[in-house]
Amino acid sequence: MSSETIALNAVGEGSRPVGERLHDWVVTVDHKKLGILYILYALFFFVVAGIEALIMRIQLIVPHNHFVSPQTFNRMMTMHGTTMIFFMVMPILFGFGTYLIPLMIGARDMAFPRLNAFSFWMTAFGGLLLYFSFIGGNGLYGAGTAPDVGWWAYAPLTARAFSPGHSTDFWTLALLVSGIGSVGTGINFIATILCMRCPGMTLGKMPLLAWLNLVVGGMVIFCISPLTAAQIMLCIDRYLGGHFFDTQAGGSAVLWMHFFWIFGHPEVYILVVPAFAFVSEIVPVFSRKPIFGYPIMVAATIAIGFISFSVWAHHMFTIGMSSYGNSFFVFTTVAIAVPTGIKIFNWLGTMWGGKIQLRVPMLFCIGFLFQFLIAGLTGIMLGTAPFNWQLSGSYFVVAHFHYVIVGGIVFALFGAFYYWYPKMSGRMYNETLGKCHFWLFIMGFHLTFDFMHIPGLLGMPRRIYTYEPGRGWEVWNFIVTIGAFLQAAGVLVFVVNLLWSLRKGDTAGNDPWDAWTLEWSTSSPPPDYDFAATPVVRSRRPLWDLKHPEDPDWKYE
Amino acid sequence: MQLAGALLAATLCFGAPPDPSQIPSIFRPQSTPANSIFHLSQLVLAITGAIFAVVFSLLAYSVRKFRQRDGDDGREPPQVYGSNQVELAWTVIPTLIVLVLFLATARVIHSIQDAPKPAGAIEVIAVGHQFWWEFRYPALGVVTANELHVPVSNPANSTPTFLTLLSADTDHSFWVPRLAGKTDLIPNHPNHTWIDPQETGVYLGQCAQYCGVQHAKMLLRVYVDSPEQFAQWVQAQKTPAANASNDAVAEGRRIFETTACVNCHAVTGTIADGHFGPDLTHLMSRDTIAAGAAANTPENLRTWIQNPDAIKPSSLMPAMQLSNHDLDVLTAYLETLR
Amino acid sequence: MSSVTLTRSTAEPEWVLPSRGRVGMLSLIGAESAIFTIFVVAYIFYLGKSVAGPTPQDVLELPIFSTICLLSSSLTIHLAVRALRQAKVGAFGLWWFVTLTLGAIFLVSTGREWHHLIYDKGLTVSTNLFGTTYYSLVGLHAFHVTVGLLAIALTMILTLFGKVGPEHSERAEVFSLYWHFVDVVWVVVFTVVYVIGR
Repeated sequence: MSSETIALNAVGEGSRPVGERLHDWVVTVDHKKLGILYILYALFFFVVAGIEALIMRIQLIVPHNHFVSPQTFNRMMTMHGTTMIFFMVMPILFGFGTYLIPLMIGARDMAFPRLNAFSFWMTAFGGLLLYFSFIGGNGLYGAGTAPDVGWWAYAPLTARAFSPGHSTDFWTLALLVSGIGSVGTGINFIATILCMRCPGMTLGKMPLLAWLNLVVGGMVIFCISPLTAAQIMLCIDRYLGGHFFDTQAGGSAVLWMHFFWIFGHPEVYILVVPAFAFVSEIVPVFSRKPIFGYPIMVAATIAIGFISFSVWAHHMFTIGMSSYGNSFFVFTTVAIAVPTGIKIFNWLGTMWGGKIQLRVPMLFCIGFLFQFLIAGLTGIMLGTAPFNWQLSGSYFVVAHFHYVIVGGIVFALFGAFYYWYPKMSGRMYNETLGKCHFWLFIMGFHLTFDFMHIPGLLGMPRRIYTYEPGRGWEVWNFIVTIGAFLQAAGVLVFVVNLLWSLRKGDTAGNDPWDAWTLEWSTSSPPPDYDFAATPVVRSRRPLWDLKHPEDPDWKYE
Repeated sequence: MQLAGALLAATLCFGAPPDPSQIPSIFRPQSTPANSIFHLSQLVLAITGAIFAVVFSLLAYSVRKFRQRDGDDGREPPQVYGSNQVELAWTVIPTLIVLVLFLATARVIHSIQDAPKPAGAIEVIAVGHQFWWEFRYPALGVVTANELHVPVSNPANSTPTFLTLLSADTDHSFWVPRLAGKTDLIPNHPNHTWIDPQETGVYLGQCAQYCGVQHAKMLLRVYVDSPEQFAQWVQAQKTPAANASNDAVAEGRRIFETTACVNCHAVTGTIADGHFGPDLTHLMSRDTIAAGAAANTPENLRTWIQNPDAIKPSSLMPAMQLSNHDLDVLTAYLETLR
Repeated sequence: MSSVTLTRSTAEPEWVLPSRGRVGMLSLIGAESAIFTIFVVAYIFYLGKSVAGPTPQDVLELPIFSTICLLSSSLTIHLAVRALRQAKVGAFGLWWFVTLTLGAIFLVSTGREWHHLIYDKGLTVSTNLFGTTYYSLVGLHAFHVTVGLLAIALTMILTLFGKVGPEHSERAEVFSLYWHFVDVVWVVVFTVVYVIGR
């Protein structure tokens, strides 16, 4: 195979004109290019939504601040959440999946390459549509520009009566469009993983990243559709005079909540399971051991996938369900802690007895483990309904979910970036800058999100553009804001590292980490066709088998 | 060290530490629902704290003990794929913990939500509006806004307050942390909650479900009165507005009754019977205006009428476009609504 | 490690994986089922809750004929695909055309029913909760029928130009899964709206 690998220059070098190279990227159906497009698109919105967060934090640094108007704050609040979830985390995870899945299962490309491209462009267009609202959203006088209804867009606040003009419609349509793209990606993940594995790679021999993305694909299929349905209903209400959520006509605001959270809860598992996948690939390599308990990791993920569809109303404990309804959702919510906790133990078991290399990807994964543990525990607190009656709608919840999304998912993402950057770019990142990024970011993260729990415990609700002095919230808000800027500094160092290393980084070679899955058998970056000959595998770690012919995995699995 | 200095600077900037009674902390409950939640929270915190201690120790220990040392021989460590006994243990134990948590929680849910209403209970209907609270006491014939008065409840002879929660427009949420967990006010979906505060005082809260532009300033004040104070307050609230005491006040009342004020506001004893905005019959009995956004002073009242956006931008109170003279007499009239 | 060799050994058992088209279409059907489920749930939830205006009992009549047409079209499309697999392109074309006709009859019939409801009975999407949920659910289904019919029509045209042959039988079969799904949804909608709901 090595004799058949064609040496490829990294994209951007060579003598082809810029226009032609750009055109390549626009019309591509290659999973690697689409993966990188997703990732770059998401990174851009990461910065934009991060600025929206900084604007909010500056406004909240002292009580009764006048940095921005209430209207602007509410738009920032809505756009920050909507952007981060739909146009940052989802695209970036889809991007990594699109890039890595075919490489890790020994396939040439995804099952449906054109659908892959269609999905990306739908997502991209959705993001542009959402942000066009800043310019084009002015409807009736005083209607506002960008949507300001919160990222859940609760009815009846979204009815024409309470949200005149087009801001809400930008929210609805942008997410409808990108939702179609997401479903396309879900279909692609499922079809690719079930139908394109290389010979010998049974379902029990796939890398965990493939398994977890298969579960994600399944979840996307059933989870995005309820949101799409609810958004169609909202459009019918707003433009065809429908009454789905029109409480004056007997409609139900609670119905929107049910539909939204039937989407919303599995959605957060769609966000976190790919992060689990990254950690499941990185921790073994930097502990120099296989993942502890592969079958249970698969089973636990499938369990999480199913149970996640039964917990949704734990976001609705305060809306007045009966005590039986509330109890049911407490049960399912605490139940899902079991498979989730199992995974943490399995990662610990992987590290135990290994030889842990504290390279930058591993640092971020250790941060993930620490923070995801805490996030899971505050999640249990929120899952006990009476405690939830105090904590929900407050900054405690905001701290909890940022702990999951930033402390968990973003940390795992940074780990993934540093781990697969050599493969995607052919260059090693700068280790010193990487460590600097890690320490800046983790300090800022803890300053912000540890202390953010406290105002919640002291009665500070969320989604408020200012707050009253004298309630004991001032000093905590101040600290939270300082931490936000530290995190921004960390992200800046990260971006600089990515760009600098692209030009000046050492050549990575095929397999800089001495890893064991198929993507490390190709060149860095991989050739267009991924593999010159379809690989044949006998175990979960095909490269381990090749490097240790005297002690291959397939003897023990 | 630097952090401590920054904290000190921040504290100095923020002035004296807040009065503890004004901190709406969920850990200082003064009413049975908040108390039950507090006790449950202690159990939950104990369990999650223990889990954290164990798992964090394991994590810290493994990072320290199994770190690759300098001068390592480069051999791979033993390749362990799993362990059935260990995996069983860490499945069974969390399942048991989770079961205990669920049972404890279900008990508290039932005790709070299904609590029977005793005979001496005060009944209040709370209606959420953008961006103020309407409180009606149907049995007592009282209508007021934003500041809820309830009698203190003696555990031996309980006089709790049971609230029915409605909404006139979007979703809101009634949250006074020291008295109870929050319950939402959703249009076309009546909800119920109850409190039985055991100490007199003022308890602070605010709307906890995003309801629009001025969600942040939909504040709540619950005045827990002694039985005598409460009876006095009810009596005062039931009397209609006093007649005009002098010419300026009479002129102010005339302006009130002939301007758009009456479209939104009600003052019993006058022709004003609007229900879109707060009932003003006893406006001066309240400590704040604009749902807590400003103290109830003549200056603030005047500003509120002339330019509400200065106090609560985009609230639904329109700027009344009155001349200075009209504003003065109108304010004088409103000042008489005790 | 700079290069690795992964080669195929000669005595491998055959490596068979499911067909992409089938898995993809089934996944799409899964997603669409979820959307329909939400609309059905909304319909059922709002039964009897309209504040005013016509009720299902007042205005709905069982669409027996159009239902028979649509459900038969599942049979005819199955026969068409079977014929194509047996390389009987003529028979395929015939059954495919019958499927197209039956589907079109269903759509026209729905259109006529709606015309009657709107102009004679005064039920529109904005009349009351029943109107909103009825037109949304039946309309969503009709939209899916329309998309299916467009695909069938396109294939019909290609068949008439002689471009369709037995090598396309797999694709035709995958498409027929969609068509069967549309019919199953109609069974559910029919039961919920015209039987239970009345």
